[in-house]
Amino acid sequence: MNWFQRTKDRISEGTEKKELPNVWTKCDNCGEILYKKDLEKNLYVCLKCSYHFRVFAKTYLQIILDPKTFKPIDKNMIAVDPLEFTDTKKYSDRIKTTVSKTGLKDAVHTGYGKIHGRPIAIAVMDFGFIGGSMGSVVGEKISRIADGALEHKLPFIIVSASGGARMMEGALSLMQMAKTSAKLALLHEAGLPFISLLTDPTTGGVTASFAMLGDVILAEPGALIGFAGPRVVKEATGKDLPEGFQRAEFLLEHGFVDLIVNRKELKDTLSRLLVFFEKNTDTNFDINQINSN
Amino acid sequence: MAVILEFEKPIADLEMKISEMESLSDNVDISPELEGLKKKLEQMREEIYSNLTPWQKVQLARHPDRPRSLDYIERMAVGFVELHGDRLFGDDHAIVGGFGKIEHKEFMIISQQKGKDTKSHVYRNFGMPNPEGYRKALRLMNMAAKFGRPILTLIDTPGAYPGIGAEERGQAEAIARNLLVMSRLPVPIICVIIGEGASGGALGIGVGDRLLMMENTWYSVIAPESCSSILWRSWEFKEKAASALKLTADDLMKFDVIDGIIKEPVGGANRDYVLAAKNVKEAVMKELETLEQMPVQEMLNARIEKYSKMGRWGEMK
Repeated sequence: MNWFQRTKDRISEGTEKKELPNVWTKCDNCGEILYKKDLEKNLYVCLKCSYHFRVFAKTYLQIILDPKTFKPIDKNMIAVDPLEFTDTKKYSDRIKTTVSKTGLKDAVHTGYGKIHGRPIAIAVMDFGFIGGSMGSVVGEKISRIADGALEHKLPFIIVSASGGARMMEGALSLMQMAKTSAKLALLHEAGLPFISLLTDPTTGGVTASFAMLGDVILAEPGALIGFAGPRVVKEATGKDLPEGFQRAEFLLEHGFVDLIVNRKELKDTLSRLLVFFEKNTDTNFDINQINSN
Repeated sequence: MAVILEFEKPIADLEMKISEMESLSDNVDISPELEGLKKKLEQMREEIYSNLTPWQKVQLARHPDRPRSLDYIERMAVGFVELHGDRLFGDDHAIVGGFGKIEHKEFMIISQQKGKDTKSHVYRNFGMPNPEGYRKALRLMNMAAKFGRPILTLIDTPGAYPGIGAEERGQAEAIARNLLVMSRLPVPIICVIIGEGASGGALGIGVGDRLLMMENTWYSVIAPESCSSILWRSWEFKEKAASALKLTADDLMKFDVIDGIIKEPVGGANRDYVLAAKNVKEAVMKELETLEQMPVQEMLNARIEKYSKMGRWGEMK
């Protein structure tokens, strides 16, 4: 007989969470048991330690925009599989599964909305869709909404959450970095504001393109932000990473983020920025003119 | 001694045989046999080098004897003056910048430089730039715009350096800034991939009016090894990854990512530096001629239009 034979099937990683009735949840950071309704009301910020839970793109739209003002565009744009890419799975199957699992079409929502009555153009990424990776769809949708901002003279906001460029579209993903940055150059020339909000995590090709090009760059507390992921940096250098490496506070200290904003103050902060940046914008633009498609 | 890649062994063996026979031929007349073998060698070269797999092209792009950017600059440009430093932090040796005259034209030339031996590899950080490299490039490209000189970039990097200092000094910001500025600089920008074109590290000096690739180079969002390690969770699948990523010049021509392919000497640029440099020079001058005929505004619009079209997407019914 093997004394060390495990008699139970296996230890489930989620036991502790499962034991809690599902009206409760536990803070990933401090372990505090939180009443879900309270957490939701607190915009998914821990009531004890202010840890910012990762939230869906939809949640950011609710937090940032005035109720019922979001006018999405390009809702039905989907990834094709130009490279006919297969790793352990076909990319085309990966897309299908992810679409049905998440209810999302790809990793970004784009459209128009209002913040305290002011019209804006906005893109919000969702980390839940293949790690928020940027392929042709993300690049094209962001480019089109940037075109919209330019046409209607609107401030532009991007909420980033991404592991980087999407490998399964090869160089075409890489080109989305150039494409989105080129569009931001046009907004810059027109004197239109671009505000970039970095959430947990923002890395790779997204950081190395639009995310770092804001007139103002905001970050959520504790968000992981970098070019190479921490594991890659550790492997490449063989060194221990400094305390807090690549966290929002680290970037603030090194001069790459303007401001770290608590989620509860996010909307008011954006609103304040829009006032300062209003010079070349059309604050009376009626977003109801937009045909949601 | 030249480095022989695995798939080049049959060629090397035959070459060896021919040279042995040639040394004997002083005493015996074996010219008919020799002629036959030389013909066979030609055929074998043609056969092997025109049917390279993507992974074999990656290997040629990384060939230790392959010409580096300074080898091209030396053969293409006269009066090259190297300029150093980003005026902010330091001088990055993985990126070379300066001006030189190619045929009758003054160019600002920015390039990624790899080493050739241990010492120079370390000095050049294996061609992996730090943020100050991209910022030096930016400074020099702005200078080119100020003085109305066209820009030529030579790309050859295994990636931007993923170091602690690089992150602290904003590697992502440095690359992003270059993409934004390069998309609008009012002078012709011609980019040529002469070796490895790895991801954001390559793109950081790779936005312009024309992007050309040499025949045996690669360009992708990630190196095949890293792709293999992430998607297959093992380094073993690099050959598969190289095929899946569609990273060759022929593939990228089909996806409209690049504007042209530059022929290499048979067997790769490492076989003949002079011819390789001549081919690059001719391709660059041809593109410049077209670009110089365009009014600046038209050229800038075309540049934006070119990137606007990049990618492939669909519509869900």
